[in-house]
This record gives sequence, structure tokens and C-alpha cells, in this order.
Amino acid sequence: MAMTQTKNAETISRRQFVVTGTTLAGGMALGLMVPGAARAATPEMGTRYWADDLAAPGEVNAWVVINPDDSVILRCPMAEMGQGTGSGLPMLLAEELECDWKNVKVEFASVNRNIRESNVYRDMLTVGSRGIRSTYEYVQQGGASARARLVAAAAAKWNVPAETCEAAKGVVRHTSSGRSLRYGQLVADAAKITLAAEPKIKSPDQFKLVGTRQPRLDSAVKSNGSAKYGIDTREAGQLFASIMSCPVPGGKLVSVDDSAIAGRRGIKQVVKLDDAVAVVADNYWRANEALKALKISWDGGAAATTDSEQFAQAYRDALDGPMVTVRNDGDAKAVIGASKNVVEAVYETPLLAHATMEPCNATVHLKADRLDIWMGSQSALANAMMAAQLAGLKPEQVYFHQAYLGGGFGRRSNGDELRQAILVAQAGKIDKPLQLLWSREQDMRADRFRPQSAIRMKGSLTADGKLEALYIVSACGSIQRSADPKAASNGIDNTSIEGIGPSVPYNKVTNWYTGSLLKNTHIPVSYWRSVGGSQNTFYMESFIDELAHAAGKDPLEFRRSLTDRADSLSVLNKLAEMSNWGSDLPKGSGRGISLADNHGAIGGHVAEVTVDASGAVHVTRVFAATDAYHVVNPNLVEAQIEGGVIFGLTAMLYGEINIKNGAPQQSNFDSYRMVRLADAPDVKAALALTGGSDDRGKPKWGGVGECSVAPIAAAVANAIFHATGKRIRSLPFKNVKLTELTRL
Amino acid sequence: MATLTVNGAVHKLDVEPEMPLLWALRNEIGLTGTKYGCGIAQCGACTVIIDGKAVRSCVTPVSSAEGKQITTIEGLAEHGKPHPVQAAWIAEDVPQCGYCQSGQIMSAVALLKQKPKPTDADIDTITNICRCGTYVRVRRAIHIAASSKA
Repeated sequence: MAMTQTKNAETISRRQFVVTGTTLAGGMALGLMVPGAARAATPEMGTRYWADDLAAPGEVNAWVVINPDDSVILRCPMAEMGQGTGSGLPMLLAEELECDWKNVKVEFASVNRNIRESNVYRDMLTVGSRGIRSTYEYVQQGGASARARLVAAAAAKWNVPAETCEAAKGVVRHTSSGRSLRYGQLVADAAKITLAAEPKIKSPDQFKLVGTRQPRLDSAVKSNGSAKYGIDTREAGQLFASIMSCPVPGGKLVSVDDSAIAGRRGIKQVVKLDDAVAVVADNYWRANEALKALKISWDGGAAATTDSEQFAQAYRDALDGPMVTVRNDGDAKAVIGASKNVVEAVYETPLLAHATMEPCNATVHLKADRLDIWMGSQSALANAMMAAQLAGLKPEQVYFHQAYLGGGFGRRSNGDELRQAILVAQAGKIDKPLQLLWSREQDMRADRFRPQSAIRMKGSLTADGKLEALYIVSACGSIQRSADPKAASNGIDNTSIEGIGPSVPYNKVTNWYTGSLLKNTHIPVSYWRSVGGSQNTFYMESFIDELAHAAGKDPLEFRRSLTDRADSLSVLNKLAEMSNWGSDLPKGSGRGISLADNHGAIGGHVAEVTVDASGAVHVTRVFAATDAYHVVNPNLVEAQIEGGVIFGLTAMLYGEINIKNGAPQQSNFDSYRMVRLADAPDVKAALALTGGSDDRGKPKWGGVGECSVAPIAAAVANAIFHATGKRIRSLPFKNVKLTELTRL
Repeated sequence: MATLTVNGAVHKLDVEPEMPLLWALRNEIGLTGTKYGCGIAQCGACTVIIDGKAVRSCVTPVSSAEGKQITTIEGLAEHGKPHPVQAAWIAEDVPQCGYCQSGQIMSAVALLKQKPKPTDADIDTITNICRCGTYVRVRRAIHIAASSKA
């Protein structure tokens, strides 16, 4: 038992950093004061992040609350995992609302309310770089509809037509008379207004705030320790659990000998699940230490004899077997068969773990008629529905409190940690709040990994060095089938083929065949930032480089010859300019280019490397250009690009999960290495936006969370080739002995 | 009974002497700004400053921290004013997911104590992991903090 003068650290941090205000609803909205900071006048995200589950009296609608002091609370339906949507969506709301941006606070929208109010916040699913591009219409509408009601309320008060009034900076003005009312004076009436029709949302040419460079809303709370992640949940009487799943995925628990922990301090119980063991204690460290001391017997089943070498061979062998055609333009087979100038190569990549910095965790309080969940989730709504089913409750009896996510990258979407937390609470009959926290080892071994794959690519060139045909066969783990064996019944899983058939930045290759074989093992696979592009862009863009080399063409010019898409060319042109493409480099240096069409944007990189005599490679600089058409906040888009380069570079240089005796071998950052400051290149990010409309005639919005992950591996491999004449066809690079490779 | 001085406040804790400081901070004292990331001194998310030096609290037993001045992320600001490193972090919008940033900031503060004008090579000695890849801005913010302290 702790005996401290200061019972609760939150009290200290709040006293030091935070000014507390009470909303009309009686709810608390926290805003940060940062005296002395250069940008004290920017809005901030609060430390208490989730919205009340009941409608607040200050609400104009579910998206907007206006307090009597004219401060505005905006509800964000998406998770904030670093990608910046928690700052971007409020900008879209504020743009339409015409409020004072400096007077805005943000909350994560209530999941429970979404369930009770006909999905007013829609799917609440933060995946696939779609936080803006799939939400902007209804988010803008939320702001526009609130503004129209405020204007209508003012017009009614003045008994004038609404068209003669204007809203700006949180004030409605009657243009001709000059009369004005603040939003805070109008909110009560506005909430009662019924409009004949909802107002139109703005088009990009009407934006004032959106598109400008703005600070993040959560930089301050993430720089003073006050931002609350799921792992920081502290409820009264809370217990902590550490869990270990069967080392072989799909295996079962046989028995547990807990004699070694008998009488240990703080241990409440050992809970056995079908495929896992958990220890519940009053302190996480005690729970985890006790878990490590248990003698556990597992049955891994038939999979317990498998290993990575077997899998790699099986994926390579599969390339000679039957394929499902996923792209077939022209007659690639015939053209290549008749060509004298054919390039062919086999490439392969391993399993990868997500390794979010915050290990997966969920805190649950399970009662007979109510389940509270505190966690950070990319799919809060779906997780809440799953939890309701598992707990035997109605969806509206589940209260999901969305926290900040300490990284997502695709891992925090299927709710494995939540499922286990509920199962442990049920099996242990635990009636107190229970935080299940995965140790780093559990987090890495029990991941759903980026699929393993192999690919064979053939391309033929005309006599004057033009690419005339591509013939590609791929064997890859299917993400869809891993989640549901009945999925992808036609043999096509788009996540396996994006970047080698669909979703390529080139449109001028007339003969193109892509065949796909979905091949799964017992190892679960799932979405990993940039998904299929994480391996397929490495394949495709390395091979394009091989073809350019065989054609005797400049790699950038060769790519230009493959496309007349405005977005691809915009990025290539920007890359040429920012990297000073073609300029001389010192001896031992190389420069490589790569281009991807990934999750809603064109991302391109030029990487520069140095290679020493021992074959050691240092990536010195990366120029990253992106065409995401329209963007909300260039500052945060650039941050995504900078970070995506590093995320992809870690995979390129170091990333691999090996399987031995059926079990993932890497379990922590000592064996699963990350790029750190010393090996992080300088990254220059730039936007090359072409704007425009989509095929519905609506503004084209990009997705920027993943397009900068996909290209980097090939850009670096191509730079190494440029420096050494040696081609990397298998990742990670740490396994490549450059000095032993033959120059091509 | 262990006595810890954290951010100037004295805490008497009834914990095992071998309990890592991280878990005493997070679970017993309630200071959750210091994060768990690996438990084996690899990632640096748990970095705190003990007697002026950056320390990985996940492998530092409570017993070895007794009688020393422990500073966590919550104790960096003075009179409500962010530490220059925090101010630089905010000005540069360094954080993305933010989970590692308490540790990054504590490492940067400790570095600047020893090297007030760090070179890029000095900054490279910080081994904290950021999975979001904020290193470009971490580096920039450290240089800014160094110049603002002058």
C-alpha cells in the first residue's frame, strides 16, 4: 500500500498545467495553459479525452458544444494515434462552424452515444489512412449544420431573413443593421431550430482555416506527461493482470503449476483461459513477475514443428504453382515469351511485428448490467460491439472510453487485448476494474503480423529500352483469410496484391499480368501500416529499378515514361527538384528513387546512402514528396511523411519475425531492432498537391498515414545498388552480406 | 518501507526493494507520465532523471533510488512554465502518438545538462526508440532548446 502525501499524480499535473472549466453540462473540459510558450493562443486537446455519454445542454448537435463563455467543444469521431486526425477533423468542423479556432477544445466522441443515437458518428474506424478522406463530408456537415442553426436562431431573434446574416469568429451579424450576437448567446435557441434543408458544405476554394499550417492540438499534453493513454487508466480499486498466450499461435493451455508463487505478495489469482494464462495482482509488476515464475505446459499442436525456413521455401515453391489472375492487361505472357530482352527476379520478405510503443492493453469493469472499457482503439465501435456480445450485454450497456493510442499501425483494431481482458474478468469473477496489460514480450509474440510473401517478376524491354510487359506472380499470406478462413473465397485479397496489380502509380504499361496465390500458415497476419504496399512496393519499385538499369535508362526518367498520371508526375517532378536528382555524389554514395500509390496518395522517395568498405550502409538523407490532392494541415502531413519514412526504414534494415518450433522468436527491442536517432536519416518532406475532384465530382482528399511507409525500402535498396551495383532482393537488409553479393 | 523523493515531494512507499522504480512511480505514486515500453532498458520510454542523469526506470530498483533526487516528466516545469526542452517540443510539434516523448524529453534534458551545445553526434547518443519516427523533429527541438537556454 502506498502512503504518499500526494495521493494522485493527476492532481499535481493538473494543478501545474491545467486550468479546469466546467461546461454547461456539468462535464469537465480541460484546456491547457502554457504560459510563456510561443503559441499559447492555440487550442489544445485536453487530458480528459472522452466526451460525456449524455447529450450536453450546450450542444448545437452531436458534434458541437458551445459554452456560455463562447468556448467551443468539438467531437472527434476518429482515434488519435499520432497521425493527427485528432487535430485535423476539428479543423474541418471549425471551418464550417465559423468559430474562433483559438477558443476550441476537442473531445473524442462517445461510442456509447453513437450506439444509442443511430451511429451519429458513423463507423468510428481509424484505419487505412481514411481519417479525413472517408469522413470529411459528414464531419463538415456537422459543423455546417450547427452554424446554420446558430444563424437561424439569430435571424429569428431579429426577425430578419437568415440570408441577411453572416457568421464569423463565433459571432452572427446582421449585415445591414450591424447587430450581432455571440454563439454563446444563441446556443440554447439554436439547438431547437429545425431547418427545411441542411446547408451545403464548403468546397476547398472556400476554406480559410483548412489547408493552413497549424500546430497539433495535443503537443502540450504529450510533452508534459499528462496525456492519458489506455495504460494510464487508474480507476478506484483497480487490479492489474499480465497474460501469456500459448507461444504457438492456435495452441492450447495444458496445465499450470503455480506452486512457485504461493504466498507472493499482492497476487489475487491465476486465471486460466483455453489458450493463455493470466495473473491478477494489485500492481502490474507483481502480476508480471508471478506470471514469469509459473510453470506452464502448452500444446502447440501440429504447427509446433514449423519454422521460418520451411515457410520461406513454401512461399518460393508456390510461385511455380497455380495462380488466381488479378490483373491481365494485353498479353504479357506472349510479349515476354517473344522478347530477347527479359529481366527476371525473385524477391521475398518476412513477417513483421507492429511493436507499438504502448503495449496493447485494455481496462474493463464488468458488472451484471454494464461494461466500462478504457483503452485506445482504432475501431472503438466494433470493439464495443464485440465486447457486448462476449459479455452478454446489450451494446448500449457498453461504455467505451477512448484514450490516446500509443501507436496503432493497424495493431489496435481487432481488440485481441480487450477480448482477453473480458475473458479474464469473467473467468476470475473479477468485479473491480481490471487492467490487462501485455508485457512487451506478449505484445510481440501474440501479434498479428505483416504477412510473409515471395514474388517472381518478369519484364521485357524493347530494343530501345521501353518496358513492354510485366508478368508477376505472388504468394502471400492473406489478411482477410487470417481473420476469417471463409473470406476471399474467390482467391483474391486486395491487401495481398495492392502495389503489384492494383494501386500502382503507372498507367502506361500495356501488357501486365499479375497472378496471386493466397497462402496462410498458423501464424495470424493482419494490417500493418501501408499493408500490401509494405512488401509489394519494395518488390515493384526495386524491379522497376532493375528494368531501368537493364534498359540503360535513368531510373527517374524511366518511371516518367511509365505514366501520364498527373499525381505520379507531380511527385516525380518534385522529387527531381528537391533531391537535385542527377547531381554528382561522393564516391561510396548512392541515390535511389521509389514511387508508391498507397492508401489514398502518391508517395515518392529519393534516398541517399553511403556504403563503406565493409558493406555497412548509412542512410543519410531522404527526400519525400507526396501528392495527397487536398490536405487539412500541411504541418501534420509532413510529420506523417517524416515518420513513415522511419517506420518503413526500420522494416527495411532490421525487421523480421522468425518462427521456430511454431513460435515467434523475437520478443523485445533487443531482438527486434528499431531505427534510433543514430541511424535515422534527415528527412525532407514536401507536398506536391494536384487537388482536383474524384469520380463523383467531389473534392479529392488524400490519405497520408501510409503512403510514405511503402516507398522507402526500395528507395534505399536502389540507392545501395547505385552505390555498389548490388541488388537487395530479400529483406531485412541486416541479413544481407553486401560484400558477398555479386555486382550486376 | 522505501522513501523516494520525486519532483521534490517525499513519498514513503511500502514496496519490495527490488520493485523497479517505473512501477513504483506508475502504480504506487500514480505518476503515469513515465511509460512502460520494454522492461529491459531498450526503448527508453521509462526514462527519468536521477541526480542529474538519465536513467531507465524499468530496470532501476526502488532501493537504488532512495535518498536521491528523482525527476519525472511531471516535475520538469517550473512555476507552470514548461522547461525549455518541453517548449521546444511543443513549438516543433515533435510528438505524434506521444507515448515515447516523456522519455525522449527526459533524455534530452539530461543530455543538455552535460552538453549544453550538443552536436548531432552528441544527440545520436540518445538511444530512445520512437516508433512513429519523430527523430527529425526530436533532433531539431534539441538544437532549439540548446539555443534558447543560452
